Amino acid sequence: MNTSHYPSQHIFQTPETHTLSVIVDNEPGVLARVVGLFSGRGYNIESLTVSETEHEAHLSRITIVTTGTPMVIEQIKNQLARLVPVHRVVDLTVTGRVLARELALIKVKGKGEARVEALRLADAFRARVVDANTESFVFELTGKSDKIDEFVGLMGPLGLVEYSRTGVAAISRGPDAM
Amino acid sequence: MSRQMTGAEMVIAALQDQGVEVLFGYPGGSVLPIYDAIFKQEKIRHVLVRHEQGAVHAAEGYARSTGKVGAVLVTSGPGATNAVTGLTDALMDSIPLVCITGQVPTHLIGQDAFQECDTVGITRPCTKHNWLVKRIEDLPRILHEAFLVAKSGRPGPVVIDIPKDVQFATGTYVGPKNIQHKTYRPKIKGDMDAIRKAVEMIGKAHRPIFYTGGGVINSGPAASQLLRELVKATGYPITSTLMGLGAYPAKDDQFLGMLGMHGTLEANMAMHESDLIICVGARFDDRITGRLDAFAPHAKKIHIDIDPSSINKIIKVDCAIVGDVAHVLEDMLRVWKQTQPEIDKKALKAWWGKIEAWKARKCLAYKGSDEIIKPQYAIQRLYEMTKKHDTYITTEVGQHQMWAAQFFKFDEPNRWMTSGGLGTMGYGIPAAVGVQMAHPKSLVIDIAGEASVLMTMQEMSTAVQYRLPIKIFILNNHYMGMVRQWQELLHGGRYSESYSEALPDFVKLAEAFGGVGIRCDKPSELDAAIQQMIDCPKPVIFDCIVDPAENCFPMIPSGKAHNEMLFGDAVEDIGSVIDEKGKMLV
Repeated sequence: MNTSHYPSQHIFQTPETHTLSVIVDNEPGVLARVVGLFSGRGYNIESLTVSETEHEAHLSRITIVTTGTPMVIEQIKNQLARLVPVHRVVDLTVTGRVLARELALIKVKGKGEARVEALRLADAFRARVVDANTESFVFELTGKSDKIDEFVGLMGPLGLVEYSRTGVAAISRGPDAM
Repeated sequence: MSRQMTGAEMVIAALQDQGVEVLFGYPGGSVLPIYDAIFKQEKIRHVLVRHEQGAVHAAEGYARSTGKVGAVLVTSGPGATNAVTGLTDALMDSIPLVCITGQVPTHLIGQDAFQECDTVGITRPCTKHNWLVKRIEDLPRILHEAFLVAKSGRPGPVVIDIPKDVQFATGTYVGPKNIQHKTYRPKIKGDMDAIRKAVEMIGKAHRPIFYTGGGVINSGPAASQLLRELVKATGYPITSTLMGLGAYPAKDDQFLGMLGMHGTLEANMAMHESDLIICVGARFDDRITGRLDAFAPHAKKIHIDIDPSSINKIIKVDCAIVGDVAHVLEDMLRVWKQTQPEIDKKALKAWWGKIEAWKARKCLAYKGSDEIIKPQYAIQRLYEMTKKHDTYITTEVGQHQMWAAQFFKFDEPNRWMTSGGLGTMGYGIPAAVGVQMAHPKSLVIDIAGEASVLMTMQEMSTAVQYRLPIKIFILNNHYMGMVRQWQELLHGGRYSESYSEALPDFVKLAEAFGGVGIRCDKPSELDAAIQQMIDCPKPVIFDCIVDPAENCFPMIPSGKAHNEMLFGDAVEDIGSVIDEKGKMLV
């Protein structure tokens, strides 16, 4: 991706999707710094999740899924690492051992055959029913993002009302920390 | 050492402990407790500016001419928003500043209180880091951390926003000893493997060139010295960005002048035809590279930079060394001396032969005149008449800035203060105020244009108040010259709003401020007038009436490569040079 007005170097790169784990001090404004960096420099955010993971050290883990050419991805990582409250930036995609999951809550309304079909599909996708009454369900589904996309797609004609998803949380496989 | 004191007193104690001698600022409701603390002490001198933008530029001038951290104090709301231009300027040019802003009391934050604004929100993208201090317990640590962050690594401005109740609160002050930021650890030493590889590449090059920038200046005087040693040891040519002028002596034979959009032919051609570019503390800015797909097509690139995000940002490099310039150059020189690389002398001689041929083109030539002062001539005379003095130069932004960069020769670092990255018109006068505060006995000149200078003219009043004999040397052509030049290049010479129909009488303006005004419009009288300016013990506005039609050359027009330059003595139809694609660029 060429972010300058000027013609880019003769390096043709195809965009890639990368999952980044960023450990930051959980201090006021830190998320604004990260998000502002992406908007200010014209980078993509496909998914962003954040939560404090080490309470005593006041550290939060931000998981960002972003798309860009390898040169842009390298820039994103360097720009993130440059922020003062950022401890570490790890590109889980580069390690090749990324485990990424998302949770979704899906509300489906219906009666009769559609309702039975929705329940059957939920079973096949290993979605849990977390709220139910005579005319609707709320399913809880955890998995890769495309699995959730697929389930939501199937629910469409069966009475999908609305759904909420957390965005991707990710970690590396194996015994080592990032 | 820990003492009980108020937040306001802590601010002053911390500034003193950090070695701040001069504070540039402007009072207001939310910083009155700090101003009261200033009143009760004598170590820190406060300079009252006339506008907060001026305070930040003055601190920049102070910082760049001394290598110290500049300090600024402004009030909440408009005080903070007025400082934003200066902060952005300092961020773009990597100038270490600590800016303290007052804030409404914590219980009023978010209530749209009088003179409230979201200072940390507004300044987040234009500072290296910022803090809102909500508890007195955090204040001493943050004050010291702020100085650490501002000056270490790639320097930059930081903001500390202090609510008024925190300034009144009492707490325990701790000194700067053992203050460490819990995460921030910039890399200072370069990777030795990369340094060895770089030295090998340098030794093997046939058509090498050093391309150096503001990072050399920021790294301190030792970096400039080491750069000179390395360049002398290799015998290679060297060019510099606008920001790096003075790191290597301009009068040395190996120096090819500035490169880039208004750089010299020899510097740009040498970049274009080189087989190795050794980039030291520069960042391949768009004013330097021109058209990226035609930038230095045959060259391998070595890039030394303290900021990892500068590397491979615009240009993919072959050998990256992350570290402080002085540290890296020291290691490089040591490896160079140990390994004694055998330079291909024949190739180097041929390379210098090519460079001499480009030099012979005399790209900075202009048509002289006996009747009207050519702006280039004015700068040349200014240089000749001030070179024996202890001189510091600041500039505004535009044609005069480029002429100053082309015709004024800098032989030492920290002598040249200009707004490079942001290109802030109005930078020069307040920066000169800051430089003169740091160097009271030196000759400080703001090379200015009549349009830029009016943006911060009010700081003339500051200069008069503090008896700072700054010299404002205006190349007055009645136009926003660079705007007009681009309108000639791109828009058929339709001078939309680039002519100043009404200008003040600068001589009377100087006198109204309590300074001295000098006007000159004849080449024959220029030397005497400049001498009069130099000899004057007061602030001077020098209204130098120059050729209104002169343009700044040579030039790499937008969308063109280094080997497609325009020359002042060869341009016939300036409007036909840039194609449709080039017109889209800035």
